[in-house]
Amino acid sequence: MIKPSMPKSWRVDTKPHKFCPGCGHGLVLKALGQAIDELDIQDRVVFGCDIGCSLLAWDFFNVDTVQTHHGRTNPVMTGIKRANPDLICIGYMGDGGGYAIGSQHLVNAATRNEKITVILVNNAQYGMTGGQMAPTTLPGMKTETTPYGRDVDSTGYPCQGPEMVAAITREGAYVARATVVKPVPLKNYIKKAIQNQMEGNGFSFVECLSACPTNWRTNNVETINFVENEMTKYYHVGEIKVPPPKEPLKVKTWTKIPAMEVQKNG
Amino acid sequence: MANAIKIVMAGEGGQGVQSVAEIIAEAANEEGKECLYIPNFGVEQRGGVSVAYVQISDEAIGAPKFNTGDIVVALSDRALYRTKQYVGPQTIFVYDTSINVPKEDLPANAARILGIPAVEISKNELHPRVFNIIIMGAVVGATSVISREDAKRAIEHKLGAKFEKQPKLRDQNFSAIDRGIELVTKAG
Amino acid sequence: MSEKPIKGEKRVFLTGNEVVAWAAVAAEADIMFGYPITPQNEIMHYWTRMAPRFNKRFLQTEDEISAGFTTNGGVLAGLKAFTATAGPGNTLMQEPISMAEMMRLPVVTIVQQRGGPSSATVIYSQQEVTLTTHGGNGEGMRVVYSTASHQELYDYTIKAFNTAWKYRFPTFVLGDGYQAKMREPLTIYDPEERGIEVVPSYKFIGGAGKPGVDRPPVQLRNIYNMEEELLEVLEEQFAEFGKISPDVAECEYFGCEDAEIVVTAHGVVARGAKSAVKELREHGLKVGYFRPITLRPLAVKELRDIFSKAKKVLVAESANGQLDQLLKYAAYGLTTEMVSLFKPGVGINSEDIYDKVKTMLEN
Repeated sequence: MIKPSMPKSWRVDTKPHKFCPGCGHGLVLKALGQAIDELDIQDRVVFGCDIGCSLLAWDFFNVDTVQTHHGRTNPVMTGIKRANPDLICIGYMGDGGGYAIGSQHLVNAATRNEKITVILVNNAQYGMTGGQMAPTTLPGMKTETTPYGRDVDSTGYPCQGPEMVAAITREGAYVARATVVKPVPLKNYIKKAIQNQMEGNGFSFVECLSACPTNWRTNNVETINFVENEMTKYYHVGEIKVPPPKEPLKVKTWTKIPAMEVQKNG
Repeated sequence: MANAIKIVMAGEGGQGVQSVAEIIAEAANEEGKECLYIPNFGVEQRGGVSVAYVQISDEAIGAPKFNTGDIVVALSDRALYRTKQYVGPQTIFVYDTSINVPKEDLPANAARILGIPAVEISKNELHPRVFNIIIMGAVVGATSVISREDAKRAIEHKLGAKFEKQPKLRDQNFSAIDRGIELVTKAG
Repeated sequence: MSEKPIKGEKRVFLTGNEVVAWAAVAAEADIMFGYPITPQNEIMHYWTRMAPRFNKRFLQTEDEISAGFTTNGGVLAGLKAFTATAGPGNTLMQEPISMAEMMRLPVVTIVQQRGGPSSATVIYSQQEVTLTTHGGNGEGMRVVYSTASHQELYDYTIKAFNTAWKYRFPTFVLGDGYQAKMREPLTIYDPEERGIEVVPSYKFIGGAGKPGVDRPPVQLRNIYNMEEELLEVLEEQFAEFGKISPDVAECEYFGCEDAEIVVTAHGVVARGAKSAVKELREHGLKVGYFRPITLRPLAVKELRDIFSKAKKVLVAESANGQLDQLLKYAAYGLTTEMVSLFKPGVGINSEDIYDKVKTMLEN
């Protein structure tokens, strides 16, 4: 039997993982594992997972890991990074942890340009607690606490997390939004966000659009369709802020400057 | 608890009671005595009545505050009403005569009540800025809690850098101490 | 190596907040995380002033929740990290402390109690006893030292770091606004010159070697899947806490052998109690003095021994019975009458205690 290939940094004895079938976390964590492998940083990474479904990743990797409290992963990662800047601190959280209960920590870690990497999984609702409205729930979307659909007049519009982070960070920050339906850019953005920390440029943030078929009550076609076509109406995928190049870009040129004779002054 | 000399000083913010309390406590500390100084503090950064509590003793000092002072100094009308509670039958009550309060509002139960014209003297004879040092002299004179020399040494320690630049200040401060001591000894 | 902060012994005249900063330096603390709240602010002020001289670090966070969690992070990375707070800040601090309890992180927290509930006053109280000893959604697996003088503030801040790193329980120094702001003399010293071992820190995460290859990964969690898993963790903690309690618990007492009334107080109130009892004894009255120095764990053996011999115990505290509750729990089964002198959020002076005991003796 052919087994799917796993990143080397995954902890094999804890697989299969604990996420629901069809959950997007596995895809994000696979991309993260690949990025860790490619950068060969398994011995320097400290992985911090929030409470929410992200807590299930506490034994996911063969890297030192701290499970924190709901919303408090950013301060814990900040404390570790400040105490030992040689470590590469990767915080992992959901939209509730990052944008609701821990929003003050996200805002302040971003404005201080903490040299940490934050990976935030956006599945448009609270998964672990059973599918309540999150800051990221789409207008009209039904959840356990918006059974008739999210009414933007009373509950506001979805939180534009990466756009906010991009607005409040200084130059040097890296901000992107990826999606689990496009695994290659997902991995590339995560890798760049880690490299940006390693280069000491600034705060690095990747929001990953993800799926929760359990609480969405969707089949696999509907699930992919929702992420790909519905979520992207509000959440634009791509790099939102990249650090400026350290040196001017070198451009290949074919222009030839004609030789000129220099007149000698008589 | 009986052996400590207990001082309460109160005035308007800016009258300098806290710095005087601190200088007295520091002088006592330099003499090797046990001493404790605590300011009152609230939510206001500036303004309001400022109260300082000082205790000096040869033995370990008990609670940071106390119910009855050996000497209670009030430098404004608000300070007077605030500090009356600390006056008992053994208390020497000192107030500045510029305070505008009816005579019957002065504490009735004090051992001695000393009205001193510190504001007037500082304005007319010395300099308004040494007003609080006259008060310090009065406390030193009334309690003998530290010696005149130690008081001067403590002032030198605290303000020495300023004195170097303006030697006149030293004379003003030292005269203020002397005048303060004189005021209470004369009044007594 | 930065310069040794304190050489020899030195008599100084400082505010309590300044004392804490010096003690943290003497205890070889590395990093402080904090958020401004009166009356602890000057701990941060002095720490940040000393920081460059002694190669220390500081981060001002967005709130006390963050200050507590960054402190947890600092400890995880292997530094002696600490924070300081008060009142509503202490309320917020209980969340990170509960994580530290679950993971047995040696975080040190200085609390300068102010009035409560809510924002109350910025001045003084002893109303954070319950919160500091049993806060959070846990079982109070922490050590709490309640200091009464600047000398103790210095001694026990150093001790708090040592206790935390020796036993791996979160440790508190419980002071108050009076201690924070008052000035009195004390002697500061280099603990090692006095033969006090400075317990070294160590890394919880980020140690040498490739996880999964050279060593297993360190994976610390605070949430468990099954009730039984949690119980197992907790029972181990209770056993460990019970085992260290006799070594950690401290109290002081005098005059209790013949005492009809034992005056009991903690922290700054104990100063007034001590001088009142001394004076009462000088007048030939049979009054004793008992003061728990650790509020968690309590010196239960001494307490029960002393309380059982007294006719009455007077409990004096600047709270409405928070110490009293701890004492009564420890004294369960004794029939000694317990009388209270509670002044929540207000200082208790020697005279108050003296007068109260006199009234008790007359009745």
